[in-house]
Amino acid sequence: MNPEVIETNLDDYKKLVESSKSDGFEMMVDLTAVDWFRKKEPRFEIIVQLLSTIHNLRKTIKVFVNDEDLTIPSITDVYPSANFYEREVYDMFGIIFSDHPDLTRILMPDDWQGYPLRKNYGSGRIPVQFKNAPKVD
Amino acid sequence: MKSKDTRKTGFDKFKNILDFWATNSEEGGWNISSTDEGSQKMLEDESEKQVKIQMGSDVVDDFVIDEDTSDDERMIVNMGPQHPSTHGVLRLQAELEGEVVRRVKPIIGYLHTGMEKTGEELNYFQGPTNTTRMDYLSPLFNELVFSLTTEKLIGIEVPERAKTIRILMTELNRISSHLVALATGGMDIGALSMMIFGFRERELILNFFEKTTGLRMNHNYIRPGGVAADLPDGWQKDVKEILKVIPEKLQDYDDMLLDNPIWKGRLQNVGILTTEECFAYGITGPSLRASGYEWDLRKSQPYSGIENYDFEIPVLKEGDVFARWRVKVLEIFESLKIVEQAMEKMPKGPYKVQDKKITPPPRKRLDESMEALIHHFKIYTEGFKVPEGDAYVAIESPRGELGCYIVSDGSSKPYRMHVRGPSFCNLQALPVIMTDSPIADAVAAIASLDPVIGDVDR
Repeated sequence: MNPEVIETNLDDYKKLVESSKSDGFEMMVDLTAVDWFRKKEPRFEIIVQLLSTIHNLRKTIKVFVNDEDLTIPSITDVYPSANFYEREVYDMFGIIFSDHPDLTRILMPDDWQGYPLRKNYGSGRIPVQFKNAPKVD
Repeated sequence: MKSKDTRKTGFDKFKNILDFWATNSEEGGWNISSTDEGSQKMLEDESEKQVKIQMGSDVVDDFVIDEDTSDDERMIVNMGPQHPSTHGVLRLQAELEGEVVRRVKPIIGYLHTGMEKTGEELNYFQGPTNTTRMDYLSPLFNELVFSLTTEKLIGIEVPERAKTIRILMTELNRISSHLVALATGGMDIGALSMMIFGFRERELILNFFEKTTGLRMNHNYIRPGGVAADLPDGWQKDVKEILKVIPEKLQDYDDMLLDNPIWKGRLQNVGILTTEECFAYGITGPSLRASGYEWDLRKSQPYSGIENYDFEIPVLKEGDVFARWRVKVLEIFESLKIVEQAMEKMPKGPYKVQDKKITPPPRKRLDESMEALIHHFKIYTEGFKVPEGDAYVAIESPRGELGCYIVSDGSSKPYRMHVRGPSFCNLQALPVIMTDSPIADAVAAIASLDPVIGDVDR
C-alpha cells in the first residue's frame, strides 16, 4: 500500500505531527534521515512514518533541515516512541532535536567523533580504538 | 518378598541421612522446623500483601515501600552487557529501592556494526546478504522486506511460485523464531527443559532450511526478483514431518507449563502493557496482540499474497508476560496452518522473475549464449539499476512491524537503506514494564519482549 506523503517545512512540522495524531494516526513507527550531501539544499531530510491502525492508513512526513542550524523540534512529547529514533538520528547524522529528554549517542560510543551515516564520512576511515583498551600499534 | 525388604532398608538409610541434614544431629526427626531465625521471623511477619508481591501477582497497584526509605537501600545495579538473560549484549542500568526497580535505562549499541552504512556500499543484488544478518533469528523476514522494497521501487511483480515459496519459508521461520523465544524465555524463568525442547524442535526447521538454502542461518535466499533456488526434491516429506511433529511437541509444552502453578505464578500479572502504552511506544507484533488489540500486517496490509490463506490472529486481553508467552504458542499453530496451505497449493512455474536485467541467467546458458554472458557479467559486477525514488515497505516479522526504507538515486546501490527493526522499538517499553516492580520480574519482562540485539543495534 502506498502511504500519503506530505512534505512540510520546519515551522509547520510539529503542528502537522500533532494534528496527525488527533486525526487517528496513533503510532509513530519510524523516524529516519537522509543526507543529500551536495545533491540537494537544504542538506538533511527527516522522514517520519506514521501508522493509523483504526483507519488502516500510513502517512509519511518529510521535512528538510538546514546544514547551518541543524535543529528540528523533537516530537517525543507527542509520540514517546520517537525517543530512540531521534537519538539514533542524532547519533548518525548529528541533527539536534530541541527539547528531547535525553539526546545522547545511542549506538556509537559516547566519546565518538563524527557522524557515521553522513555521506562525507567514509567507512573504514577511523581505526577503532575503545576507551581504556590497551593501544595496539 | 526379599527385594521389598531390601528396598525398605534402603529407604530407612536415606531417611536417616535426611534427618541428619535437617537437624544436624543423629537424633531429632522430621518435625523440627528450620533453625534459621531469619526465615522464621519472615514467616511470622508475612502479610497477605507481602506474599502477593513475592509471588508477583500484585503489581497492578505498584509495590509501595515505606516513606522513610534510607539512601542505603537505594542503589544502582548494572545488568549486562554479558548477562545470559539479556539475549545478547543488552545492558540495563537499574535504580533499586530495596528490591523494587524504580528506574531503568536500557543501554544499547554493543553489537552495532554499521549495517546501514554497509548497505549503501552494496548493490541491490548483494543487499539481502547484509540485511539477513540483522535479526539473526528471523533472517528470511529481513531478506523479504529488503526484496519487497526493491521490487516496489523497480515496479515488478514476482511469479506465483516465488510468492508461495516466500510465504512457506517465512512462516516456517516464524515458527523457529517463536520456538527460540519460548525456549530462552523458559530458560530465563527457570524452566530449563523448555530450553532444550524449544531448540530441539527448531532443529527440524533449520535442517529443512539447510537443505533448501544451503545454510542454517543468514540464508540470502529471498532476493529481489524471486528466490535464489527452487525447493529441493522431496521437500513435501520434510514439511509434512514438521507439520506432524511440531503440534505434538507443542502439546508437550502445554502439558508442562499451561497449568503449572510455578509458571503461572511467575508470569501472570507481571509486566503488564496496556494497549495505550503499546501505541505510545510503537510496540507491534505479539506484544500488541497480547494487550488485546487485533493488529497484524498479514491481515491488514498483506504482502506476497498472504491474503489468500486461511488463518486467524490470536488475541489475548491480559497484556502480561503470560499472555505474551501464550500468544506466541498460538501463533505457531496459525503459522502451521499457513505452511500446510502453502504446501498444498504450491504452483508450478518459474521461481524468479523472467527479466534478464534483474535475474542472472542460469549457469548452463553461459557456455551457449553471448548475451547471457554479458548479462551475467553486468549483474554480478555492476548490479541492476533501480529508478529514482523512495519506498517504505513493512511486513509482520515474529517481533512486530519490520520496515525497510530505501532511497534510490537511480544507480545500482541504495542511496540510503534504513531498516526499522521491531526489537529496537519494543525495547523502549522496557522501562514501562520494569518500573515499580520487583527485580525478580525483570528477567521475565525482558524475555517476554523477545529482543534480538542484532536487530536492535544493526
